[in-house]
Amino acid sequence: MSFAVNLPLFSIVACLICSVVSSVLPGRWAKWLSRLLALAVAACAALVLGRGILTGQTTVYLMGHYPHPWGNELRFGILEPLFAGAFSIVLLLCLTGGSHELERDIATERQNLYYVMADLVLAALLSLCYTNDVFTGYVFIEICTIASCGLLMIRRIGRTTLAATRYMIFSLVGSGLFLLGVILLYAQTGHLLFPNLREAVSALWETGAYRFSLLTAVGLMTAGLGIKSGLFPFHFWMPDTYGYATPASAGILSGLISKGYLFLLLKLVCNVFGTEVFYGGALGDLIFVLGMAGMILGSVSAMAEKDVFRMLAFSSAAQIGYVYLGLGISPKLGIAAALFQILTHALTKPALFLSAARLSEAAKEGRSLSALQGSARADRPAGLLFAVGALSMIGVPGTMGFLAKYSFAQAALAEQWKLLPAILALAVSTLLNTCYFGRAILQLYAKPEQPTAFAPERRGRGSFLSATGLLCAANLALGLQAQPLLGLLERGLALMQ
Amino acid sequence: MLQLLWDHRIQTVAVLLFALGFGTLLLHKNLLKKIIGLNIMDTAGYLLLTGLGYLPGRVPPILTDGSNDPTRYANPLPAGLVLTGIVVSVSVTALMLALTVRLYGKYHTLDLDQIYMLARRGEEAEL
Repeated sequence: MSFAVNLPLFSIVACLICSVVSSVLPGRWAKWLSRLLALAVAACAALVLGRGILTGQTTVYLMGHYPHPWGNELRFGILEPLFAGAFSIVLLLCLTGGSHELERDIATERQNLYYVMADLVLAALLSLCYTNDVFTGYVFIEICTIASCGLLMIRRIGRTTLAATRYMIFSLVGSGLFLLGVILLYAQTGHLLFPNLREAVSALWETGAYRFSLLTAVGLMTAGLGIKSGLFPFHFWMPDTYGYATPASAGILSGLISKGYLFLLLKLVCNVFGTEVFYGGALGDLIFVLGMAGMILGSVSAMAEKDVFRMLAFSSAAQIGYVYLGLGISPKLGIAAALFQILTHALTKPALFLSAARLSEAAKEGRSLSALQGSARADRPAGLLFAVGALSMIGVPGTMGFLAKYSFAQAALAEQWKLLPAILALAVSTLLNTCYFGRAILQLYAKPEQPTAFAPERRGRGSFLSATGLLCAANLALGLQAQPLLGLLERGLALMQ
Repeated sequence: MLQLLWDHRIQTVAVLLFALGFGTLLLHKNLLKKIIGLNIMDTAGYLLLTGLGYLPGRVPPILTDGSNDPTRYANPLPAGLVLTGIVVSVSVTALMLALTVRLYGKYHTLDLDQIYMLARRGEEAEL
């Protein structure tokens, strides 16, 4: 089992090597290599997770021969491999479920390039999960940005180039702020590794010296990751980005990439800033308020949207708001709820994007809800999977979405002034979710105006059904029997803090 | 106050440059100027880092006369970070330029507002 400590580094290096190799392979081979890689990475993460559960300890893995404070390190307990594994499985399912659309949207000679980007995204996500060094975090944030922009702009239809430009501008603003925050923190502490930073930050906080600059650095890093993950009011790049990408990319971008940044932020709060600085310095309260605003205003924008893909994108903004709400509520229960919400959204949103793409294809590339009216009757499996995803977003009992909302409410109960606003925001947001997802389901199942208008696509149906079906099945299974997962998250969080 | 700013002149210049670059990247309509703003912003970060690594009176950390005394040498880590940062910023700039070329080829303008307008008009025409 001691060999398992090498697996996180092996996974990251394997992803980087595969991305280089894919650049010279034919598209079909690159596709299979990418799928195999995601599967292997998930298997490695499962082994590391098993080791973490058995030993109940966090492992620090030296990269090279220099111990801290000089060297570079990876660190993994329970949460890191759990999220790395979940991310790679969802990536695999997105690539599989959207493979037909990928072949349709991307010219054959350039298809291998898509998988180069997918492998790079996986490398970046794994590094964000496992790293124990803020500068490595920064570098992989940028790699993630570049690769995700590639995933977006490879479809040369309509507004994708414009959407990619806008996405890049917002992302670069975010990473610029993050970098400045890292530099300021380094200037004050002289460290880049998490444990050294943590010691130095709490020592500084106790003496009360440089409080303003410390809070500025923490605030800049939080704001940078907030912009990149779509925290309100920086969520306006989302509808174009998710709305015009090829479905597999939309799933990866909304379900995984923003979650990678969020996971890094949660790690930073627990391992670097420390809860006393983050919550003592009113940053927690600010994040709490912005999270609530995102939950409600994201849903309001989604309600006003007629295009089904843009509606799903705005709903992502609302769902990211939930994560920030949890982060703002409290360090223990709140962050645990936020972690659960990250998993919930990572499983649900790709399923919604993939099935919406199938329905849109059945309606001859129609995107608006009115063009899709009745399409769920023509393509029943896609309609059913969309409905399951939508019900989870609404928070119907039996789905993960319900448990996520329940855990936010439970976390809020322990807090004094945050209880009422949090419960109110949850209620209003759930109501709004019900309105627009309910409307979408009703319209998809309504009687079509012209019954002959639909032509459900047969090609790629098997891979779509198996991938999206698995996502929805996992959602329902974890929604009905979440205790093991919740227990794991709690143990992992205790290890991380 | 002025003395304080003068004593921390590297940091002051870096913060001013960062604000300038950040503002240009976020607010300017012209895509090329946005990219220039991005580069100014990144450069400000590197200046700040380089300033941290420079310690007056110390020499670069390269063993030439066999002295192992660490107090003789400047801090080499920020220089390493700057190098990594430059690589990142070059790749991001290249990607942004590629996007700009593609947008210019399609809309024949670099003004982002105009491009939005043209894109919206194009979509309405398609519908």
